[in-house]
Amino acid sequence: MTDIRYVAPQTLDEAVGAYAAAGSAARILAGGTDLLVQMRSGAVQPGLIVDIKKIKELTAVEELSDGGFRFGAAVPGAVLAEHPHFGKIWPGVLEAVNLIGSTQVQGRASAGGNLCNASPAGDSVPAMIAAGAVVTVQGPSGRRELKVEDVPAAPGRTNLKPGEILVFFTLPPRPPGSGDAYLRMIPRTEMDIAVVGCGVSLTLKDGVCTHARVGLGAVAPTALLVAPAAQALIGSRLDDAALNAAANACRAACRPIDDKRGTIAYRTQIAGVLLKRTVKIAAERAQGK
Amino acid sequence: MNIVVNNKWIGQRTIRPDGVDKVTGRAAFAADTTMPGMIWGKVLRSPHPHARIRSIDTSKAEALPGVKAVVTSRDVVDFPLDKSVMLGIQDMRWMCRNVMARDKALFPGHPVAAVAATTEAIAAKACELIEVDYEVLPFSIEIEDAIKPDAPILHEFNKFEGKPSNIVGTLEHKKGDIDEGFKQADIIIERSFTTRPVHQGYIEPHACLISVTADGKATIWSSSQGQFMVRAMTSMLTGIPQSDIRAIPAEIGGGFGGKTIVYLEPLATLLAKKSGRPVKMVMTREEVMRATGPTSGSKSTVKIGAKKDGTIVAAQGTFYLQAGAFPGSPIRGAAGCSFAPYDIANVLSVGYDVCSNRSKVAAYRAPGAPIGAYAVECVLDEVAESLNMEPLEFRLKNAARQGTKAAHGPVFPRIGYIETLEAAKTSPHYSTPTGKLQGRGVASGFWFNAGGESSAQVNITEDGNVVVTTGHPDIGGSRAGIANVCAELLGIDYRRVSVIIGDTQTVGFSNLTGGSRVLFASSMVVTQATEKVINTLRERAAKIWEIDPEAVKWENGAAHPASPNAGQFEPLTLEQLAEKAPMQGGPIGAGVQLNTQGADGGFGTHICDVEVDIELGIARVIRYTAVQDVGRAVHPGYVEGQLQGGVAQGIGWALNEEYIYRSDGKVDNPGFLDYRMPVCSDLPMLDTILVEVPNPKHPQGVKGVGEVPLVPVMAAVANAIYRAVGKRFYALPMSPPKVLAGLDEPVQQAAE
Repeated sequence: MTDIRYVAPQTLDEAVGAYAAAGSAARILAGGTDLLVQMRSGAVQPGLIVDIKKIKELTAVEELSDGGFRFGAAVPGAVLAEHPHFGKIWPGVLEAVNLIGSTQVQGRASAGGNLCNASPAGDSVPAMIAAGAVVTVQGPSGRRELKVEDVPAAPGRTNLKPGEILVFFTLPPRPPGSGDAYLRMIPRTEMDIAVVGCGVSLTLKDGVCTHARVGLGAVAPTALLVAPAAQALIGSRLDDAALNAAANACRAACRPIDDKRGTIAYRTQIAGVLLKRTVKIAAERAQGK
Repeated sequence: MNIVVNNKWIGQRTIRPDGVDKVTGRAAFAADTTMPGMIWGKVLRSPHPHARIRSIDTSKAEALPGVKAVVTSRDVVDFPLDKSVMLGIQDMRWMCRNVMARDKALFPGHPVAAVAATTEAIAAKACELIEVDYEVLPFSIEIEDAIKPDAPILHEFNKFEGKPSNIVGTLEHKKGDIDEGFKQADIIIERSFTTRPVHQGYIEPHACLISVTADGKATIWSSSQGQFMVRAMTSMLTGIPQSDIRAIPAEIGGGFGGKTIVYLEPLATLLAKKSGRPVKMVMTREEVMRATGPTSGSKSTVKIGAKKDGTIVAAQGTFYLQAGAFPGSPIRGAAGCSFAPYDIANVLSVGYDVCSNRSKVAAYRAPGAPIGAYAVECVLDEVAESLNMEPLEFRLKNAARQGTKAAHGPVFPRIGYIETLEAAKTSPHYSTPTGKLQGRGVASGFWFNAGGESSAQVNITEDGNVVVTTGHPDIGGSRAGIANVCAELLGIDYRRVSVIIGDTQTVGFSNLTGGSRVLFASSMVVTQATEKVINTLRERAAKIWEIDPEAVKWENGAAHPASPNAGQFEPLTLEQLAEKAPMQGGPIGAGVQLNTQGADGGFGTHICDVEVDIELGIARVIRYTAVQDVGRAVHPGYVEGQLQGGVAQGIGWALNEEYIYRSDGKVDNPGFLDYRMPVCSDLPMLDTILVEVPNPKHPQGVKGVGEVPLVPVMAAVANAIYRAVGKRFYALPMSPPKVLAGLDEPVQQAAE
């Protein structure tokens, strides 16, 4: 029966001001596809809701002059999907963002919300980690940048400081011969939550992997950057030995739990299986197939 | 009785009378109803799986501004434990304690009090202010825990083998001599199986709006599978006579058996009576999952013995089913249906009804039968394999037929089981080769089907059209089917027949929608009522023509003079006779009320293809054909829909659906995200083959069709997985972690 205050500022400064002033009672609303569900279940009862969808910087998608991409934290998955180039350059990131919820939910749900919700199973996060995405956050003491893998701190908690709002994601320029992919294991075919998620981004030159990043979701308290898996791929021709080594590195990185969605043994095993399958798709894309 | 075979409307895919409302969102479900002055009811539920309720203090809740009424078990009519009072399949002793806990709370989610307030938020706040003093007791949920000698006992009065026990009922079906039977066997296979509790998964949560006026007359709008059941239960639990309760059935958003009992209606009635305001109650999905009936989890052992030539000589089944908080698990379906498709000389089938600290089970589509068939049909597959017999041939060799005595009692009349096996065998599906990591399984199933009480009124409108009123909520196409039947008999376009579902005070008693009984029973009463109407129409025409009514025949929607007067008069159409009705004896209509008899059991045989991703442990159904003897498909589109719906639910049960419990006894997945029913993209197009062996005891040959399609599914899927990967799974669901773990352990149970 507590009253909820709702503001929808036009500027980021206003939003940060209101958000910081309200302290821990405030929640940011982008698509609301997590927040409203949490409110309905009684898990959170915010005193203030700051709707960020009216702020231009948070809803824009921009191609940068260096070939990189910048898109606002509140950009819905459906808008990203409709961008003429984004999905051609970052198909793996796009497929991950577009796995968040149903078609209807896609009209609202954003990658920013997915990251700040800090679920270990968030679909977009491993793909963003693999892509080497960086986020820009703004708070009462100004702007700073964080790597995506450094944003989640624990299930439901981020490393954002009080009053800080996620503004946009920046994805780096893509060298020729690059490809990315995201796969998740779910028991059904859609409308489900990842039991394991795997994002891979790589660059091939003459069949040799020159750059790789691997992100894993739902196998630890936060989504992980798995550097040893990437190391196993870099310098190889993605042969079975390299794939096995990378898969084993993924399994070694897992610190999962037994819960209603999967077991420790299952998640650990699947992390390796998905790594191999995701690398294959990313490599095909890198080769323009 | 004449079986109508040359039809204009029976057997046609006529347009659904409820279709436009449903696709445009105008259909009025129970939660769509509102009334002036309406307030909101909420239920306070036990957080504990098992606790004695020492006291309940509602004073703080009652003092909260906006709260209009609070009720506890003191307000609900008590049915003492020493005397059973049955209403249908429900014992009112358990119903009164299930709608509101009395001395003990028996599962997390068990109602302990209810509040009505001006807003939902105030009602929820008031629930928090109710102080319940619980003495928390140890609990058990799983069958093996509940039947341990030192298990916490839910109902202390219940004794089994002389001792307090959670085994609250047994059932035994016996035929021949089981020991002698096994002595004759060349091969015996015995296996044990477990299944998890699964929910019916109707999309519409339970909801009602109830008004009780100052003179004590109650009106109930609610979503149920039986407005008369709602009226009777509410009457018994509130003390209001049935004549003062008008139960109006809302359009129903799924039931599958789960809406054959009440949860909210008695509470909302009591709250409405106390507050003097109309009270609306709508469950959340979480309340539906925690506190309404799923079906039983189970533990069964099945042993089957056969001769080398493939003759099954003995079959034994032991089925333990979870009843939940109160007695009443569907052991009859498990023990009674599972061996029914086969002609076996020696059968012993035993069921045990086991209480434990989870929500009381409610009916779910052929209650118990899918659990029994899963075990039996999987063992049959192993027996056939050991005998090197093709599984459908093995079933054909042992198939029940006319004259076979079933272990549960009846001698079968003309049945269509063999026809389903033959149709499966010759189907294009069965002859298509399967690929790598793909496998094909088959299984059969039986369900009793039911008849029972139905009423119908057929009225001719003043403009010569037809309104048919029946008393059953339509969950499977009964309105469309009735329109086809009535139009057929009257010889008019089906669009001139409007079929509605009456409320309890406007149509005669009709038992609930369940047991696959509705089209069987209601088309019988509608047929008789329509025949009466036709007789009236013939009499009217005879009077006008001044000839003998016997010399008038009814054809193509009009009265015609028959020999010796054939051709002497112009036919009189239904419209003309309706127009003349005021001068010719008044309104035309007829009502019929019957306790219908002659519902024959139904048989089905299913073919399932799966493909297994052995790295992820995911089994996906890639092709499925359900073959069923449907008697007569009055509306084939609906019949196919029934088959497809049952199969979809069975695939969910087989592969992913399950209640998962936390160590504190609470359900850990009370929502559609983690309670994984199949979504559209999980399933291929589900093919159907309708075998029509008409029921000779029904005017249109109708047999119940709605429940059989769930019975064979889990076994068909399990047998298919075995053929794909060479590994048999004995526990449901065959979810990816379990399948992957199973593929890593090659050890199999060996045949004796």
